[in-house]
Amino acid sequence: METFLHSVTLDRDLCRGCINCIKRCPTEAIRVRDGKASIIAERCIDCAECIRICPHHAKKAQYDTLDVLKKFAYTIALPAPSLYGQFNNLEEPDILLAALTDLGFDAVYEVARAAELVSEATRRLMQTGSLPRPVISSACPAVTRLIRVRYPDLIDHVLPLVAPVELAARLAKDEAQRKTGLAREEIGCIFLSPCPAKVTAIHSPVGTKKSEVDAAVAVKEIYPQLLGPMKKRQTADSPATAGRIGIGWAESGGESAGLVITDSYLAADGIENVIRVLEDLEDEKYPGLDFVELDACAGGCVGGVLQVENPYIAKAKLKKMCRYMPVSKNHLDRSIPPAMLWDADLEYAPVLELGGTRAESFARYGQLQKIVEQLPGLDCGSCGAPTCRALAEDVVRGHAAVDDCVVLLRRRMEAVLQAVMGQPGKEDEP
Amino acid sequence: MDNAICMEYVVPGDDFTRAGEASANMKQSLKRLGVPAAAVRRAAIALYEGEINLAIHAGGGRIRVEVTPDTIAMHLEDDGPGIADIPLAMSEGYTTAPAEVRSLGFGAGMGLPNMKKYTDTFEIQSTVGVGTTIDMSVSIA
Repeated sequence: METFLHSVTLDRDLCRGCINCIKRCPTEAIRVRDGKASIIAERCIDCAECIRICPHHAKKAQYDTLDVLKKFAYTIALPAPSLYGQFNNLEEPDILLAALTDLGFDAVYEVARAAELVSEATRRLMQTGSLPRPVISSACPAVTRLIRVRYPDLIDHVLPLVAPVELAARLAKDEAQRKTGLAREEIGCIFLSPCPAKVTAIHSPVGTKKSEVDAAVAVKEIYPQLLGPMKKRQTADSPATAGRIGIGWAESGGESAGLVITDSYLAADGIENVIRVLEDLEDEKYPGLDFVELDACAGGCVGGVLQVENPYIAKAKLKKMCRYMPVSKNHLDRSIPPAMLWDADLEYAPVLELGGTRAESFARYGQLQKIVEQLPGLDCGSCGAPTCRALAEDVVRGHAAVDDCVVLLRRRMEAVLQAVMGQPGKEDEP
Repeated sequence: MDNAICMEYVVPGDDFTRAGEASANMKQSLKRLGVPAAAVRRAAIALYEGEINLAIHAGGGRIRVEVTPDTIAMHLEDDGPGIADIPLAMSEGYTTAPAEVRSLGFGAGMGLPNMKKYTDTFEIQSTVGVGTTIDMSVSIA
């Protein structure tokens, strides 16, 4: 199994070993072992649900700080469209973009600008009819990873285009190279990220061999630093480069609406809802759909765990900001450039299979059924697995023992006690 | 079938919204067994159609799935009204589903034809007033 680098990590000192995260994780990727949570790397999709739920703030997202600017001769900020929804009274993005240069970035390349090109490329690809329907968006990396581990039959449906942030980095570097004459490695593209899944996508990309995004800084990290410069700024040097379609990618339904060519689309947000839609798509329950947009976070990227503002307030702010904007400011002048297309296959990672071979899986499934019958079915989580069934799976995989079940253990202790002490139950009775 | 993995489900007739649980559950199990995705999908679609039929037409029923490394065999039985004319029921678009069911998007008359279409073997037996039995299977390549 290949190793992923995950943004979502655990601070062992803060972890109290409670069961909140194991119960919340949509891929059953967390276990409590020896009193501390541990993440099963190949199952984790970086959806950040555990970060949301952890009452002790022991689950964290790894990302860079602005110190990363020092590593490059020339730096470009890649603001996510959802960043624009974080501020009060921001009528146009111009001031925000200018304030980014005040923080030390040499240039800004709006991810929303690249998003408009991805929208257009998607439109063109869909019109060729070569993509199996429904086409599933590849923009949310948590969803793409989820499909990769759980829905092998849907892999062919995933849009084989890089996400807007990746395209933004590639185009920004082309531009910067032309302008400065610097080598590509000397130019740093730093994403201002709404979520840890996007951070992971930089370090362990799917669909592309290597990401040209060099670092990611959390929106919540840069937000307080931006407030001062934004207040001082009266004018911006250059106007914003994206229209409504690009900025619309910040929220659930925005990418679909930006397609324009079809009304037959579905947009679902929130990881549990996403899973329900994927299950139904796998069973072909709703034929005739052209496009499916899925966002792991409720509300879309505005709901990312690294954001500051309430997602629904951010949506309201974006709506107001976009009111008088042109629909789209960016267009592909020629055919779809190779930089937009995936250069690596999305491969099924069968992390759910119980064994290495089908024979082993069958044998283990037989044991699994017997263990499930023994277990109390309370799904209490005290053993460290999210459900009794998950414990049984861990047992047949060799990662846990049936004795980890505290209910069974207590029953056995009571039986032992009874054997040693005679029949204590009767003596207790009045 | 000594090494068969068995799964049994009861489909309630009174709660239409629970139809689909058995096929969803079977799907999760088949993935854990390492059954190839295409076979999982076909079996899940066929069983889902069967479940919907049990819920709509038969007042519920029982499902038994037996999986071997070669085959997914699905057995469905009910004590419902039975089917008088099986060839007619098997024709695409023929439906006896009530209007309220059709308004939910079900009962388009594709249930039995889809079950046959997505499986490799399909047998149906029915006696009016007694019930219906379906045996269908999907081969694992």
